[in-house]
This record gives sequence, structure tokens and C-alpha cells, in this order.
Amino acid sequence: MGSCAALATLGASLRGRAEAAPAAVDPQPQTMPVSLEINGTRHDLTLDTRTTLLDALREHLDLNGSKKGCDHGQCGACTVLVNGRRINSCLSLAVMHEGDSVTTIEGLADGDSLHPLQAAFLHHDGYQCGYCTPGQICSAAGMLSEVEAGWPSHVTDDLTRKASLTDEEIRERMSGNICRCSAYPNIVAAIRDASTKI
Amino acid sequence: MKAFAYERPATVQDAARLAAERPSARFIAGGTNLLDLMKLQIETPATLIDVNRLPLAEVTETEEGGLRIGALVRNSDLAAHPRVRTDYAVLGKALLAGASGQLRNKATTAGNLLQRTRCYYFYDTTKPCNKREPGSGCAAIGGFNRIMAVLGASDSCIATNPSDMNVAMRVLDATVETVDPQGARRSIPIAAFHRLPGDTPQIETDLKPGELITAVTLPKPVEGVHLYRKVRDRASYAFATVSVAAIIAKGEGGKPRLAKLAFGGLAHKPWRVQAAEAALVETGSADAAADRVLDGARGQGSNDFKIPLTRRTLRATVAEALRA
Ligand SMILES: Cc1cc2nc3c(=O)[nH]c(=O)nc-3n(C[C@H](O)[C@H](O)[C@H](O)COP(=O)(O)OP(=O)(O)OC[C@H]3O[C@@H](n4cnc5c(N)ncnc54)[C@H](O)[C@@H]3O)c2cc1C
Ligand code: SF4
Ligand code: FES
Ligand code: FES
Repeated sequence: MGSCAALATLGASLRGRAEAAPAAVDPQPQTMPVSLEINGTRHDLTLDTRTTLLDALREHLDLNGSKKGCDHGQCGACTVLVNGRRINSCLSLAVMHEGDSVTTIEGLADGDSLHPLQAAFLHHDGYQCGYCTPGQICSAAGMLSEVEAGWPSHVTDDLTRKASLTDEEIRERMSGNICRCSAYPNIVAAIRDASTKI
Repeated sequence: MKAFAYERPATVQDAARLAAERPSARFIAGGTNLLDLMKLQIETPATLIDVNRLPLAEVTETEEGGLRIGALVRNSDLAAHPRVRTDYAVLGKALLAGASGQLRNKATTAGNLLQRTRCYYFYDTTKPCNKREPGSGCAAIGGFNRIMAVLGASDSCIATNPSDMNVAMRVLDATVETVDPQGARRSIPIAAFHRLPGDTPQIETDLKPGELITAVTLPKPVEGVHLYRKVRDRASYAFATVSVAAIIAKGEGGKPRLAKLAFGGLAHKPWRVQAAEAALVETGSADAAADRVLDGARGQGSNDFKIPLTRRTLRATVAEALRA
């Protein structure tokens, strides 16, 4: 990894230098090695530092289940689980995830048997075009662990108690996932149903 | 996005030093604000200093009975923290009223403090904006300004601070702890941390170049009803039009014996007026308090509605606190 070694040398030489700030120059594109565990398999990649986690998944690993709706954290279509937590993969750089474990929609099922959320979305028709669905399902998986861990939400009346998963709680906790087809009633039904089976 | 060098320092001191050495360096924490702005080339750092591996993700108790919140504590973890839920509910409620579950899992305490305005023209690189490009003008004055400030604005900039968390931090009298590239530490009271735009709207806080936030500390808890009321265009996942963070303790005869109030959506920083709190305690009247808060308020046309809305939001908040 030549460019990375160069980067490290550059870092060391700059660190050695006194306060004087060098004049601004537009840096050349930089690449770096990144190692990610994705759906249980380790991947060693060399990526431009600008690559988002979403682009790493879609463009470099052919995992195009995670969708790019807005690329600005506004729609939730890119939601994946990182170390078990749901995040927007479009607003995170792949290099920031060195060593992290990522679960995408492709990794939720157990072999041929669907994850309970996937089965419930099918059963309840929790989509129309399906574009938001991978993000909805990954988000719901993360959200259910948050409820399990006792995290409150904006609609939880008593912050000191563990909230029960009412439809109002599901809607609030899933508000970061937009569905342009407005399949919301069936999405809520699917999540409510799956929550009893996980 | 412009190319940048990426650094992952292992110590707080290395991070601050790197930031001083590199031209136009930025720290990156959750990245949920910075990357959004970098994609639009509103922020074009030549070096990104990833602070995520620094040991700043703990919430600990202080000797005075308060809390010290590490700069990297995620918004979701902070809102779920047992001490925040029982003793600093106004902070938990403000955090939970902001962004989405996914974003709160990434967003950090320091990043939230420093998130930049959502002014439409700041985001539109084809328009003049003194904050983005000092001296270019302000397209919001005389433009679409529904979300802009009604207090503390200047002829240079009428933007607001969009954070919910900051409003709660203000009502709780939090302190921002930092370390500078030379290793000097200092504590900045939240009241002095965010600045009004004046004629330098590009300077948003009291931080010096390269200064790294290490923690935010809260004094010991204030007893009373903790409320955060946020008025927005959707029921969830939208920035505040107007918001009120309040700690109100009921006293004799239906009047509060203690009142602390801070407002979001009104200005370039969380807005707090001590005279309004005194008026509320003295008279028990939310309107008397609103008069003090809105002293000098001026709309820009499409945001005139924020002035009566602030009054009504405060009335509802005070009524709820006294009912509780
Ligand atoms: C769609 C959307 C909706 C949102 N809705 C809301 C909302 O309703 N309410 C709300 O309050 N917020 C909302 N947000 C904003 C969100 O809260 C912020 O993006 C988040 O808090 C920023 O934190 P971060 O850690 O990701 O910051 P970053 O993006 O990593 O950094 C932000 C800034 O802080 C600086 N920084 C970070 N850490 C340090 C440190 N330790 N010391 C010094 N400087 C530091 C960075 O250099 C950068 O300038 C929303 C965001 C999005 C994308
Ligand atoms: S209000 Fe401030 S941020 Fe918005 S365009 Fe004017 S100068 Fe820029
Ligand atoms: S693509 Fe990431 S939130 Fe829309
Ligand atoms: S199913 Fe079409 S966007 Fe949700």
C-alpha cells in the first residue's frame, strides 16, 4: 500500500514540524486499506478515503441491497447495522469503520430461512416498490434491540420505565425511514408482528 | 467531495496538535453533519482527523454530584443513560426530539454542540452567504426566511442554531471542556460558548483553531419538572421551528418557585433571558415571561409567526409544568 505509507510519512513529518501552518494545497485523492467484517466475512479493501460505507458496500462489494435514496441522512434507505447498531451508511466513511462488523439486508436471513422481519414484511405486504424496504428492515432490527435494551423514545411518557412497543412507539422510532410509496400502515403491522417472534 | 488526508490519532493531544499543524483540518466524530456538508462542498477540509478512537466516550459522575459527558458519547446513549433519565430529563427529552434513531446512534455530544445551521442559502453554494463565504452577502435577508432568527440577528446573518440538545445544555448551565494544541485545558460556560452572528457569522463558537472538545459537564441536578416542547412541521424527524427547554418547580398558590427557560429556533444560539425566569417566578404568568424573552424580537417576513408561536409554546409549557 504505497500511498498509505506515503501518508504515514507525511503525517510524521508534519507532526515533527513547529506551529507554522503550511499553505493550503488541494490534496490528491488518497487511498487506504480498510478491513471490514461484513455479514460474517472479513473483507480487506483499498479505498479512496472519501468512500462512504454505503458506496463501499454497493460499488466495491456488490452488496446493493442497501439503497441510496438521498445520500444525506434524510431517508433511511441506506440503514445497516454496525456492531449491532443501526446507522445511515451514507453519512459515514468506510475508513472510519476499520475492524467493525457490518450487517446488511443480505446478511439478516439464516441460510434459506428468512429473518422474522423479512417474513413479516412479506406477510403484511410492507412495501409497494420495495426501494425503502432493506433500510426499513435493518432499521427495525436495530430498533427492536434498542427497545429490548430499554431505550426511551420521544413518545415514551415515563423516561425511567421501559417502554412497551405500541404502534405510536413504532412510528416514532421508525421515523428515520421514509417510504415514498407510503406503505406505513403495513410496515407498522409487520414490525408489530415480528416483534413478538424475535 | 474534495479529496482529503485521513488521520486517526491515538491520543487527545495528538489530535489537537494535528489539527493545528494541518491547513484546514477538521475533526470528524459521528460525521452526520460534516459529511453532509462535505458532499456539498460547503466544508472542504484538507485533512480529516477521526477522533472516534479517542477515550472520550464515557459518562462519569463528578465530585459535585453532576455528570461529565465525554465528547464522543453518542446522543442515543446519553438519552438512555440512567442518570440523564432520572435527573436531567430535559436533556434526554431534547436529544430524543432530535434527528432519527439512526442519526442519534452516530451523533456525538461534541458534534451536536457544533452542528451548523440549516439555513437554506448556507446549503446552496450558488447563493451569497456570509457564513459560508464571508463578505458575499446574505440571501436569507429578503429571501425565504421561515426558519430564520427573530432574536439576536445581524445585518450579516439571520441564521439559527438548529440543535435541540444545545437548548437543554443551556437551561442546565452546562460547561464545555476543551484542550488546545499546546495541551492547555479550559472550561467554557455554555452561555459563552455559542456566539451571535454580528459581522462575523462564520465564527460560531468561542473555540480556537485546533481546540478539541473533551467533555461537557453538568452541575448537580435541578429539582423540578423537566420539559422540552418542540414545535415542528412534522410529528417527528424535523428541526424545531420553536422549542422550549424548561425546568419548573411548583411553589405556593399555583406559582412556580423556580423557573429556568431556554429557547431554540429563535437565534444563532440557544436563547435564555434571566429576567423572564424571574418574572415567571414573581407573577406566575407565562405572558409576563414571554414579554421579557421576546423583548427586541423582530421578524423577517416569513418568520414573523415565530414571535406569537414562542409565546403560545411557553404558555403551554408552563401550564404543563404546573399541572404535573
Ligand atoms: C436528516 C437530519 C435530521 C436532523 N435532525 C436534527 C434535529 O431534529 N435536531 C437536532 O438537534 N439535530 C438534528 N440533526 C443534526 C444532528 O444532530 C447532527 O448532525 C449531529 O448531532 C452532529 O454530530 P456528529 O458527531 O455526527 O458531528 P460531526 O458531523 O462529526 O461533526 C460536526 C462538527 O463538530 C466538530 N467536532 C466533532 N467532534 C469534535 C470535538 N471533539 N472537538 C471539536 N470539534 C468537534 C467537527 O469538526 C464538525 O465541525 C439532523 C441531521 C440530519 C442529517
Ligand atoms: S442567514 Fe446566515 S447562513 Fe443564511 S444565507 Fe444569511 S449569512 Fe448565510
Ligand atoms: S441514503 Fe442514507 S439516509 Fe438516504
Ligand atoms: S415501498 Fe416504495 S418507497 Fe417504500
